Amino acid sequence: MIAPGFADPGMDSQACFRALLTAMSYPGRIVALPSPTGMPSGLPPAMAALVLALCDEQTPLWQDAGDDAAAWIAFHTGAPAASLEAARFVMVTAALPSLGALCAGTDEEPQDGATLLLQVAALSEGAGWVLQGPGIKDAARLRVDGAPDGFVAARAALAPIFPRGIDIVLCAGDRIAALPRTTRIAESG
Amino acid sequence: MAVLARADREALRAALADGAPLPGWTRLRGPETGLLMLRGRMGGDGQAFNLTETTITRCTVSMDGRMGHATVLGRDAAHAELAAAIDAAMQDAAFRETLRQRVIEPLAAAQEAARARDARRAEATRVRFHTMAAMR
Repeated sequence: MIAPGFADPGMDSQACFRALLTAMSYPGRIVALPSPTGMPSGLPPAMAALVLALCDEQTPLWQDAGDDAAAWIAFHTGAPAASLEAARFVMVTAALPSLGALCAGTDEEPQDGATLLLQVAALSEGAGWVLQGPGIKDAARLRVDGAPDGFVAARAALAPIFPRGIDIVLCAGDRIAALPRTTRIAESG
Repeated sequence: MAVLARADREALRAALADGAPLPGWTRLRGPETGLLMLRGRMGGDGQAFNLTETTITRCTVSMDGRMGHATVLGRDAAHAELAAAIDAAMQDAAFRETLRQRVIEPLAAAQEAARARDARRAEATRVRFHTMAAMR
């Protein structure tokens, strides 16, 4: 049985997109997303909302949340399942795959780089990682509980290939924080 | 399904009105309106070509764990939703026979009668192109 999606697909998708735009513009800032009325078990509400808002039949998607999630995504968005290398959106709820395996775009078309939606346990501002880069005045602090081991190092390893790269959205419950490819992370200040 | 899609909203409501009410349902997707490209073939065997786009409205509902789908021509959201609900109820043995007798069969008969009437009117004005037929 497939769960419903957004209560009001038009308005909720737009609210979700606007929230993501804010999160991407101010890396490390935590924003809340409207939650869908239903979603498969295993998907945090924020990740489900982002998939509904962003994906359609032109965005190949890789996910590890299981068959229920695959059926729900196909029903509501029509996004085709793809290999890790070909996917435009990568949803990770369990073990983090090697970031180097994801599509990073090309130097001519860096916008083709994948967007990684990563489930974490909790997000809070004002402590933890020190973020610097475009969109951040001086420095921002973001505390991430439940980030995969070696995540910061794996992400930093992609910095030399800029403008290619991947953009990351951390999802915890109905809240997200974005880490665009331009943001630099230091694990402690 | 085709019968439900061809009927109009009021006909569906009227057909349902004198039977047991349908169980409640929840919307899973839609009703939402979009465009569908209709394709045609000359003479039934030519190359397929895009004839026109048409407006369709689709809806999926769930009723007691069963999913009902409907896609109807036009932009009548209530029609699509009602057709999807009937589709879901038809999967339930308790409703299937009643719905078939009260809704599907009368509507099918009415649609068949209308089609036959139109066909009769058209037949009266048919022109036979004997020469064209002989050349094939």
